[in-house]
Amino acid sequence: MCPETQDRENTMFTTLRWSALGVATAAAMSLAGVAAADGHAKLKVGLITTLTGGGAGIGADIRDGFMLAMKQGGEGIEVVVEDDQRKPDIAVQLADKMIQSEKVDILTGIIWSNLALAVVPSTTAQGKFYLSPNAGPTQLAGRGCHENYFNVAWQNDNLHEAAGAHANTAGFKNAFILAPNYPAGQDALKGFKRMYEGELAGELYTKLGQTDYAAEIAQIRASGADGIFFFLPGGMGISFLKQYADSGIDLPVVGPAFSFDQGILQAVGDAALGVQNTSQWSKDIDNATNKAFVADFAAAYGRLPSLYASQSFDTANLIISAAAKADVKDQDAFRDALRAADFNSTRGDFKFGNNQHPIQDIYVREVIKEGDIFTNKIIGTGLTDHQDVYAADCKL
Amino acid sequence: MSTILLIEQILNGLQFGVMLFLMAAGLTLIFGVMGLINLAHGALYMVGAFAAASMAAWSGSFTLALIAALVAAAMFGALIELTVIRRLYKRDHLDQVLATFALILVFSEATRWVFGSFPLFLDMPDALSGTVMLPGGIEYSKYRLTIIIIGLLVALGLFLLIARTRVGMRIRAGENDREMIGALGVDISILYTMVFALGAALAGLSGALVGAIQSVEVGMGEPVLILAFVVIVIGGIGSIKGALAGAILVGLTDTLGRTLLPVLFSTFMDASAATTIGSALASMLIYILMAGVLIFKPTGLFGSA
Amino acid sequence: MIRERYINAVILALMVIIPIAALWMDEPFTITLATKAVILALAAVGLNLALGQGGLVSFGHAAYFGVGGYAMGILASHAQNYTPLMEVPFLIEGTNQMPVIWLVAVVASALLALVIGALSLRTSGVYFIMVTLAFGQMLYYFAISWPAYGGEDGLSIYVRNEFPGLNTLVPIQFFGLCFAVLCVVLFMVHRLNQSPFGLALMGAHQNEERARTVGINVTRLRLVAFVISGAITGLAGALFADLNRFVSPVMFDWHTSGQIMIFIILGGVARLCGPLAGASLYIILEHYLGGLSEYWQIYLGLILLFVVLFAKGGIVGGLARKEVRHG
Repeated sequence: MCPETQDRENTMFTTLRWSALGVATAAAMSLAGVAAADGHAKLKVGLITTLTGGGAGIGADIRDGFMLAMKQGGEGIEVVVEDDQRKPDIAVQLADKMIQSEKVDILTGIIWSNLALAVVPSTTAQGKFYLSPNAGPTQLAGRGCHENYFNVAWQNDNLHEAAGAHANTAGFKNAFILAPNYPAGQDALKGFKRMYEGELAGELYTKLGQTDYAAEIAQIRASGADGIFFFLPGGMGISFLKQYADSGIDLPVVGPAFSFDQGILQAVGDAALGVQNTSQWSKDIDNATNKAFVADFAAAYGRLPSLYASQSFDTANLIISAAAKADVKDQDAFRDALRAADFNSTRGDFKFGNNQHPIQDIYVREVIKEGDIFTNKIIGTGLTDHQDVYAADCKL
Repeated sequence: MSTILLIEQILNGLQFGVMLFLMAAGLTLIFGVMGLINLAHGALYMVGAFAAASMAAWSGSFTLALIAALVAAAMFGALIELTVIRRLYKRDHLDQVLATFALILVFSEATRWVFGSFPLFLDMPDALSGTVMLPGGIEYSKYRLTIIIIGLLVALGLFLLIARTRVGMRIRAGENDREMIGALGVDISILYTMVFALGAALAGLSGALVGAIQSVEVGMGEPVLILAFVVIVIGGIGSIKGALAGAILVGLTDTLGRTLLPVLFSTFMDASAATTIGSALASMLIYILMAGVLIFKPTGLFGSA
Repeated sequence: MIRERYINAVILALMVIIPIAALWMDEPFTITLATKAVILALAAVGLNLALGQGGLVSFGHAAYFGVGGYAMGILASHAQNYTPLMEVPFLIEGTNQMPVIWLVAVVASALLALVIGALSLRTSGVYFIMVTLAFGQMLYYFAISWPAYGGEDGLSIYVRNEFPGLNTLVPIQFFGLCFAVLCVVLFMVHRLNQSPFGLALMGAHQNEERARTVGINVTRLRLVAFVISGAITGLAGALFADLNRFVSPVMFDWHTSGQIMIFIILGGVARLCGPLAGASLYIILEHYLGGLSEYWQIYLGLILLFVVLFAKGGIVGGLARKEVRHG
């Protein structure tokens, strides 16, 4: 090697040596910055949700809905927000950090069932409360229920059950149903079939993450079905809807709100018009809290809220209402206050069942276009005062 | 399953295969011919789709959107080549892996920073939407037919470029022995930048074309990346013909697997078990195919040792 | 230039000092982070044996990581539910004793590595990389669709498994256990690298033809290295499952394989303590950059780029400067 390159390499390596030492020192020093215990906040909440990567749109809604409520009424409540990157091990680590380092009283925020299943059992086992603003896995609704675990959104099957009930009303006699081959997808089809009374023209499990549905659409066309039910969250649903709309098949489509929420609709466009979807919330639910919520959210964040935002907004208000009644350090009293659910929900009246999941109406909405924006409008009710079937297995 | 449906599924499998080839075409050039492991291929695919979506939203024209995709991806491709890739040709494959993996992180989050976290809207042009009636009574999507045609044209173009033009000869020579071709007076650096930009442009183009019937969101390129590698390896690295053959084989296996396996299993299992197990096996199928091919032909179908 | 021996000593020392300091300052989460670094370093040490020493770039090592994790998950969940794994033809009950779980994890991953290695070693170069990736992905999709152990939801294990003589729920004790395992394995790998086996392996990596001419059965050599490498990564998987008290198919995914590779490349390929430096640096960056901005992954990417382009040989390589023998 020529001398000049040797010298350049020397300097580079010296720099590197110092920077490596610098990183190590920084790490050591950051340890020294122990967070002082906050004696002023009466309650500390840890919000772990997905803020980077693919599912970040939903995470943004969850965070924004929560923080809106906290800004409006959450004096004395401190919120710590962290990003789980949709990875279960990161979620577990963050939960540990929040409980052990930040000393939070309540954890919330997780979107995905698999992350929730990683975090919730150890959170409740360590004596903290977990309020779910979204994921409602079966395991935690039945035998795995815990007095410290509350679900403010729904149990995973609920929206699919409502779709099944609506399929009956809508006159589906020979439905074609599909979902991805993973627990949430399997639960979706199970939930639909629980309420649906007609025949099945076909039942398909697609590959998780699949984006090309030509084969499935061909099967739908050949099956003689008179209606379609699908659960394909995120990008999968967008792809399916676009391809389905282009296929020339004109069968009615029904599904849960997860493929038709406010964040996704703009990406699908006209292909989604007319699709009916089930949800416990819609922006046109007629009560004062909801109207104010939609207006305030749009003013604060420049976009319309989705059902996810409404769920975390309700979660925050539930916490605020309980904190007004009881001190979180007195867990029994706080738990009773949570159970009472004495707050104004965007859904109107709100109550919990014995397994601390909501008993609520599930509406049927239709995708419409308002001016330039695609959104949903309520056209009926799928299920009234519906409770999930797993409540019976819960010992609470 | 009726014959008509079976034929339609075979057609779907072929279409999926050509679409895969289109998605892999850019990587075929960069990885197959230049010998560079480019994990950022998926990111360039995403850049093309986002550029197309933005241009389509602004101008309303799909053609302009495609051009925007080509230009944006080529630009970023050239930029990466000049700043990062250039230093990696002599290095280990491992260094290329780390560097291009780092690029994925940068591109993904930068895209999210510019465009936000929600998926974007991109639709096919009205002229290409709807179906045509194929002989035999099969209704087929016009847009998918267009994609097949474009894919085959790209295959032909790449093949001619690599095998029949002087540029192609120089690229192949450069991959073989970089120093020698430099000594012979060919400016290999500019050549490589242009070829990398071309590969990036192809990735961007496929991102725009496929994004119109799928979703345009951050992370859309990741499954494409893995599939592209699978396709190229099955076909044999360095062979355009191989990549096309590999792509079609993968497309057919995946589509027919998805549709036939559950049916097969339901002959001796109850319906719900058959669907779950059949689909489970179907999702593993292309990897089983790749492992199978490599075990019997360790350098892929058309690859040379 | 610093001798590699001193760099290794510093790295190991830091890995012990930081958690102890955290214990003194009552920051249990930092101990958890350090434990995670140790376990991921162990996984990377396993891969480094195959990749660094042997030149076998396995892009599917997450397969063994996942198998080790699921070995723990399956055994512990059966113990949790008081149901046996299998009753016919012989009774296998679950267990929550770490030594037993580790044994099962090591054996299971070694067996899997034997099968995958035997098949994959028929290929070489980039094809080898891709076929190992294929096997990893196969296991990933299998784990997602297999409902018996949670599928994509994964398995939660409520209590950490037991190790005789320790209270494994106490963070510093679990850290100590994992660090002890890491040190034992490091010592083993170090001796292995310097033994005739290790030297032959490296010789085959540098020049395969010459090794064959001398009469070394290169394929068998590589297979043995691959199996040991898989077994070590499997052990790390079992520890990782215990750390998080959770296993999920993500442990099999190519992203996990890629991350393990990145730890090695960052720290220095074929360097003994390279994986430790790489894993620690990555985890520090991952957790502390997050506080800077919502788009912290851009900074992470830029830092990684910087290391690749300007710090040839990774952290340890950059500091030691003396080239590793195979260059």
